[in-house]
Amino acid sequence: MATLRFTKDHEWIRQDGDTAVIGITDYAQQQLGDIVYVELPAPGTRVECGKEAAVVESAKAASEVYAPVSGEVIAVNEAIAGDPAKVNADPMGEGWFLSVKLDDPNALDGLMDEAAYAAFVAEQG
Amino acid sequence: MTGWSQALRAPSMAASDTPTFTGNRGLQVEEKLIFEQDAPGRCGVDLPEPPPHNNRLGGLARCSPIGLPGLSEPQVVRHFTRLSQKNYAIDSGLYPLGSCTMKHNPRLNERLARLAGFADIHPLQPESTVQGALELIDTLAHWLKVLTGMPAVALSPAAGAHGELCGMMTIRAALSAQGDARTRILVPESAHGTNPATAASCGYAIDAIPNNARGRVDLAALKAKLGGDVAALMLTNPNTCGLFEDEIVEIAAAVHAAGAYFYCDGANFNAIVGRVRPADLGIDALHLNLHKTFSTPHGGGGPGSGPVALAAALAPFAPLPWIVHGDAGWRLVEHAEGAAAAAIGRLKGFHGQMGMFVRALAYMMSHGADGLRQVAEDAVLNANYLRVRLADALTQSYPGACMHEVLFDDRFLKDTGVATLDFAKALIDEGFHPMTMYFPLVVHGAVLIEPTETESKASLDQFADTVNALAARATAGDAASFHAAPRLTPRRRLDETGAARKPVLRWRPNAVQRDAAD
Repeated sequence: MATLRFTKDHEWIRQDGDTAVIGITDYAQQQLGDIVYVELPAPGTRVECGKEAAVVESAKAASEVYAPVSGEVIAVNEAIAGDPAKVNADPMGEGWFLSVKLDDPNALDGLMDEAAYAAFVAEQG
Repeated sequence: MTGWSQALRAPSMAASDTPTFTGNRGLQVEEKLIFEQDAPGRCGVDLPEPPPHNNRLGGLARCSPIGLPGLSEPQVVRHFTRLSQKNYAIDSGLYPLGSCTMKHNPRLNERLARLAGFADIHPLQPESTVQGALELIDTLAHWLKVLTGMPAVALSPAAGAHGELCGMMTIRAALSAQGDARTRILVPESAHGTNPATAASCGYAIDAIPNNARGRVDLAALKAKLGGDVAALMLTNPNTCGLFEDEIVEIAAAVHAAGAYFYCDGANFNAIVGRVRPADLGIDALHLNLHKTFSTPHGGGGPGSGPVALAAALAPFAPLPWIVHGDAGWRLVEHAEGAAAAAIGRLKGFHGQMGMFVRALAYMMSHGADGLRQVAEDAVLNANYLRVRLADALTQSYPGACMHEVLFDDRFLKDTGVATLDFAKALIDEGFHPMTMYFPLVVHGAVLIEPTETESKASLDQFADTVNALAARATAGDAASFHAAPRLTPRRRLDETGAARKPVLRWRPNAVQRDAAD
């Protein structure tokens, strides 16, 4: 049973066992506008919770995507590097960024669930 | 016609206009790319036949044409004249691009820069024949030292970001000379993007410091991040929100107490020149944009020039060349030896942007100390005049007086369906270069306006009236006209996303065939 959680930096993370898939939310892609470039980490490298894991660039600005958890990168979505429009079109599906092997399977405990995140976004106006 | 020019060939026409037969709009000419004007065999100059010679190129001889278009002189003149007429420049109108300081470039500067003694010399001439030029560079450095209160100035950096690189390299060299290998640079979230880029280029890790609710650096957060591994803080003052960092003295003390250096991005020095000396604020290194504060041309008319003022602790590491005065007059120190043994080496060929040095010094000397002080005062006055004139229609991000530029965000467009980008495009139809958009990143949908001191009240009023009228139109629910803007430009809304995702960076003669093959 997969667990879906969200961060205040507008990333989503879906955990399945000891691995998790990470991407940016629909709100994030709307705020960024048309995404024109994505830089992903190399599989096999480590990401640290709260530190930069990827870079996403739109016509407006370049932004970091922060790792919501620590772990080893086991796969990245090369398809979005070639076609960044996928992130705009389907941020929670085809537009995923990377998957990691979690250092701590309970790392998602402090993050928001879907309802809490929806409330958080509503506050952002 | 090539794929390239077909993509560009969609002359802008309001729906009600009758198209012209030529595609031209009045004197606004649809100009073909110069390669599309090629008439093989045509040539603007008569070249003599080469004398008889033995070809010694062997297999290296070129066997295909080099691909230059055949053109007559009048064609070339018209082409570039027409292109230049499509340009918008500070010479043609208000250019309120926040953070860029698009001020008037005085013609006196241009006149002096064209004097033969400055314009027709070469950097490899013997020093004895360019004593005046060397003295001018030293005099400029003297003015910059007086204005900053700092004891040394490195003049060779060729632009603001190059100046940042120079400053951070001297800081790294100074730390390294002390055997103090530090790894982190603190940069506020509102910083110019060049700040973290510079620090990263120097091999440092970047640590972002949040703003406080007043649009300034959060001092408590800064202090919490300081430590023995912090090499420097990079701070812009006034910052990119157009606000003076009023806790800067305490910030400097905290940075120094941690054994770090204090780098200041001086891109906004035009707001404080003649009124505040950066040395008195505790700054160790600061770059100055001659092309902003000191009126030398930029934004296509450059080159820029970014001298760096250095505190005594950093001066020994200043890049070469140094200009010194000795028994035989002015002299260049070009090697890292003697007093310059610790210099970080060269950052640029020769001595820097000589033409800009002449213009900047002309500007300083023609204004004098009192005039430069008034430059800062009038820049701040003009920005605040616009702030007040726009206060009812737009939403100011941080209340109260601003410095040389005023920051609004897009709350005034909430629920109108109009975005900051659409608003900027509508300003183009009204004959203005838009303000800076979406920067700084610390506010939503930023609108950053910097009028500079060289705009008259009439010019500011016309701009304010226009912005207020557009804001009223947006709130009245006419989003469609904004989405359609610009309507009156040679091209309508450009596909910025397409340009970034699938850039075509080079014209190729066989573009049509290549596209077909794709």
